Amino acid sequence: MLKLSWKNLVNKPLNMALSLILFALGVGLISLLLNLNHQIEERFNKNLAGVDLVLGAKGSPLQMILCAMYHVDNPTGNIPVEKAKAFLNPKHPLLKQAVPLSLGDSYRNYRIVGTTYDILQLYNASLAEGNLWANPMEATVGADVAEALHLHIGDTFKSSHGLVEGIEEHEHDFKVVGILKPAGSVIDQLILTPSESIWESHAHAESADGEVRTDSSAVDRQQGGHPDEERIGTDSASAAVHEGHDHNHDHGDHVHTKVAPTKYDSLTISQLAEQQRLELMAQTDKDITAILVRFRSRTNIQALNMGRNINENTDLMAASPPIEIARLQTNLGLGADVLKALAWVIVVVSGLSIFISLYSSLRDRRYELALMRVMGGSRGTLFQLIITEGLLLAAMGYVLGILLSHLGMAILAGFMKNTYRYSFSGTQFLPEEGWLLLGALAVGFVAALIPALQARRTDISETLANG
Amino acid sequence: MLTTSNLQYSYDGKSSLRFPDIQCGKGEHWLLLGQSGCGKTTLLHLLGGLLTPGQGSVVVGDTAINSLTTSELDKFRGKKIGIIFQTPHFVRSLKVGENLALAQQLAGITPNPQHIATLLGRLGLGHKINAKTDALSQGERQRAAIARALVNKPEVILADEPTSALDDHNTSEVIRLLVETAKEVDATLLVVTHDGRLKEKFAKQIML
Repeated sequence: MLKLSWKNLVNKPLNMALSLILFALGVGLISLLLNLNHQIEERFNKNLAGVDLVLGAKGSPLQMILCAMYHVDNPTGNIPVEKAKAFLNPKHPLLKQAVPLSLGDSYRNYRIVGTTYDILQLYNASLAEGNLWANPMEATVGADVAEALHLHIGDTFKSSHGLVEGIEEHEHDFKVVGILKPAGSVIDQLILTPSESIWESHAHAESADGEVRTDSSAVDRQQGGHPDEERIGTDSASAAVHEGHDHNHDHGDHVHTKVAPTKYDSLTISQLAEQQRLELMAQTDKDITAILVRFRSRTNIQALNMGRNINENTDLMAASPPIEIARLQTNLGLGADVLKALAWVIVVVSGLSIFISLYSSLRDRRYELALMRVMGGSRGTLFQLIITEGLLLAAMGYVLGILLSHLGMAILAGFMKNTYRYSFSGTQFLPEEGWLLLGALAVGFVAALIPALQARRTDISETLANG
Repeated sequence: MLTTSNLQYSYDGKSSLRFPDIQCGKGEHWLLLGQSGCGKTTLLHLLGGLLTPGQGSVVVGDTAINSLTTSELDKFRGKKIGIIFQTPHFVRSLKVGENLALAQQLAGITPNPQHIATLLGRLGLGHKINAKTDALSQGERQRAAIARALVNKPEVILADEPTSALDDHNTSEVIRLLVETAKEVDATLLVVTHDGRLKEKFAKQIML
């Protein structure tokens, strides 16, 4: 019976192709949207990394989150260490973790992040080869960066200002000292370095210019927006490192170069990170861009009110990533919903086309159907035959649609990786796609129902007599 | 083998058609002659269970076919009655051989490719087994229709004007094959026609 249905369909290849293409388009579009939505959400959620609050300069909270967590937007501005240092203190009663970020530069569209080892723990990252960054202008790069830019240990590169390639290169060379293992999160796409590197290249740029720059870019509020700009200009980075040493280290001697850690267990890393933070806290005349924090306890009332307190009582801005991202997704989701509705319209129209093609083929095949009754087929047989044809079309349309959408995802993945540095997968399948199959079969069934009932009712004697 | 009694049929409850009682024995070949419009096709449909009579009964073998349910009747017809129509039609998406296999399958019999090939060979269509039915000539189509009617070795074969669209040569060929193959399966054959060319070929005749 299946074979006969199939042959009947193939016998009218154009009708079949039309129904099939329409159906595949509808199914493909729905599946594509489901997959996109799912994978974007997954990406966003993975990169949330348990961060409870992002602290930064006042501005758009969403922009700050996109900048500090996803590294796709420019900073809202910078904050003086003086004002931020309370949150960097390892002894802060509410905070389990605080990751300072100094942003503003990039290399070939990959962002350079001045930070402490805290970021490794935040994203569960570990070294693949080489060392962690220890001194200014040393960089440890994420797995994707290393792969995309063919960076190896010992390579040097010049950073450029902002997130886009080609805008005024800084003169200082960064040196790659290590490469991270792929972590499956945004850290794969970052170039990690001490905050001093950022200060140093900016200080250098300034002294080279000989005057305070008046860049309008948000990043440059570091220099332009704060009264302590001159100190940045005059302090040399090595002096800054010095100060840090004096304050926190008891080495006694004033070595300028620090040694990269030799052990990478989480205890060592967190101790080193703590030290780095304490050093950073001492640089009260410098700026950082943002701090990512995790609460010790998410049920603590004080912790929950912390964001609002910061926003109301300080010059800083605090924003909760889950809330901002949920808001973003609601807004994006609206567009996705409209598209999804459109896709369902296509599916319904394709159902209609299946209906019309079955119905019109029925007229040509009345005699055949009557003949099948003569040959011993029952009314049920004819009903089954037409329903099978509808279901077969729907199932084939579904398979074609799913193939299309996953092919689309794979193509999109390549495109997205280049432009947004977010990768998608074309081989991931969702449980929703199982439901989509049921939906598709239901459409096929409904479309075939009336023609099938018609076939069932065929008056064989009359049809044969007039045939 | 095939008997009717007091058979009546009316379209839309208007003028009703009355048919003479028929009694055909097993393996007998009958010719039913009548002018156009006198209800030949109606009678054939009544005999084949394609129509339900207003009155009277049709008995095939020892089954009163109007006592069967619709789907029982469909199965019974598929197995026991082979029908050949004026214009031969086929399931066009299937090849000649596949049409015969479908006839077996729909009757609830496992298709037997060897039997199908032999039968088509017997009717001079061995080389057309994998041809599309649209590609057959008029004579070939009618012979293929005979093959389909015979494929399940029915007890009764009903032929409705099987030769009206054929030339003299094809007519005698088709009738010869029809009679021969019916004999081979020992089936009762009833040919309904107004075609005078057939008169001399059948001894047993009924006038309508």
